[in-house]
Amino acid sequence: MKCDNCSKTATVHLTEIKGGKKLEKHLCEQCAAQSEGLPVKSHMPINELLTNFVMAHSGLQKETGGGCDACGITWAEFRQNGLLGCANDYTVFERDLTPLLQKAHEGATHHVGKVPARRGGSGVPIKRQVDLSRLRKELQRAVEGEDYERAAKLRDQIRQAENS
Amino acid sequence: MKLSDLTNHAGEWLRGNGPMSEIVISSRIRLARNLAGSPFLTRSSRHQRQGIEARVRETILGAAVAPGTFYVDLESAPEIDRQLLVERHLISKPHAGAEGARGVAVGENETVSIMVNEEDHLRLQVLRSGLQLEEAWEQINKIDDVLEGKLDYAFHPRFGYLTACPTNLGTGIRVSVMLHLPALKLTGEIEKVFRAAKELRLAVRGLYGEGTEATGDFYQISNQTTLGKTEEEIISDFRGLVIPKIIDYERHARRTLLDDRTIALDDKISRAVGLLRSARLIASEETLLLLSHLRMGVNLGRVKDINIRTINELFLLTQPAHLQKIQGRKLEGDVRRAVRADYIRQRLGAG
Repeated sequence: MKCDNCSKTATVHLTEIKGGKKLEKHLCEQCAAQSEGLPVKSHMPINELLTNFVMAHSGLQKETGGGCDACGITWAEFRQNGLLGCANDYTVFERDLTPLLQKAHEGATHHVGKVPARRGGSGVPIKRQVDLSRLRKELQRAVEGEDYERAAKLRDQIRQAENS
Repeated sequence: MKLSDLTNHAGEWLRGNGPMSEIVISSRIRLARNLAGSPFLTRSSRHQRQGIEARVRETILGAAVAPGTFYVDLESAPEIDRQLLVERHLISKPHAGAEGARGVAVGENETVSIMVNEEDHLRLQVLRSGLQLEEAWEQINKIDDVLEGKLDYAFHPRFGYLTACPTNLGTGIRVSVMLHLPALKLTGEIEKVFRAAKELRLAVRGLYGEGTEATGDFYQISNQTTLGKTEEEIISDFRGLVIPKIIDYERHARRTLLDDRTIALDDKISRAVGLLRSARLIASEETLLLLSHLRMGVNLGRVKDINIRTINELFLLTQPAHLQKIQGRKLEGDVRRAVRADYIRQRLGAG
């Protein structure tokens, strides 16, 4: 089908109801943008298309569960740009985040690395917050697997956590 | 120390004499940190952003984290200065082009840089020449300790250091090495490296990190997993498994070229020398590629009258912002290409 205004192929099809009369318009992208003032994106990037699709089918339903009280971000908003809004989001979205973390981090869901010695200004030690039972479980697994190098490291970490 | 003092020379990481420096250009470790009690940057108001920037800046400058530290306020810095910092790998491209209160602290011969208000409130970086990952970790860990004594970091007992993007969660560590792999490129075996890296869940990127093309046969390889392993484990996997394998591949490819394709190799190198010493107009991309071949020629002993340090410096000083800073004026198009060609001829001792 050709554009109503020029000879290009019509890709924008509009139906307007004016005074009870149905009015159809067939326009090419340029004419549509000019005469109708419609912002037309000629090529929607494929990733955007997919994101919108996925959002429409899953994200939006989750969103109705509400967002973070502290920063206001919703799950759908996070899924759109991949960035969280505040520290509290990790608690609010913990359940939804877990599978994503496993995918991104070779199945891992717990931090085992460095722990700050204390919270700067307040001086409260936070090493105790490290999940000791998890470390002990890992130690047991390392010993069972005869990975003594790792076991020794874990033992040191446990000692450090206990003594802080 | 200030920004304008940097222009005429290359930073420590381009010294070219670190371990394995014929293949490993540099080692880099960065840590992502956020302040407890402040929203991440996507959800910060202009006012909050300014508050975070001021607090972090004062802490860094007050704590003497590294000798000779100076701070650049990027919100007010001219574009050319921001580009200069990108070319020197002291800030990321997105940080240069962003808006709002943000900055970078640079210290210890540019081995240390701390970006303030990039994707996270703090991005600490240590960049050293050659393969020096353990040294880089030791250095950055100390700086992190000093800062953590003065700032409340956002930390969660299960998730570790909390980051704006969950792909950095846990340790917040990104370990990367910049490799020069011209022989693997010439023998067409570079795909092997990509495959091996992919299997080991590593990312391969270009010269300026995320989203950049590999130019001049430089490849940046970095870890992607940041959760569930200690920093030391991540570094030792990288140092022990991945890098030696790639270095072996490249050495092997270089030997093959030397033994079986000597004339073709010498032709590549001689053409590079010839063009660099005689061109009157040259673009930065072509410069990178030719310098890459020249660098390989020097490393293989095929070129004897040019040293690696000169080549390493040329990689940096022929970049657009550096060239303009050295000349002290804005240069565009053919004028810039002409000035670049003149500068290269002068540095390589040609007419």
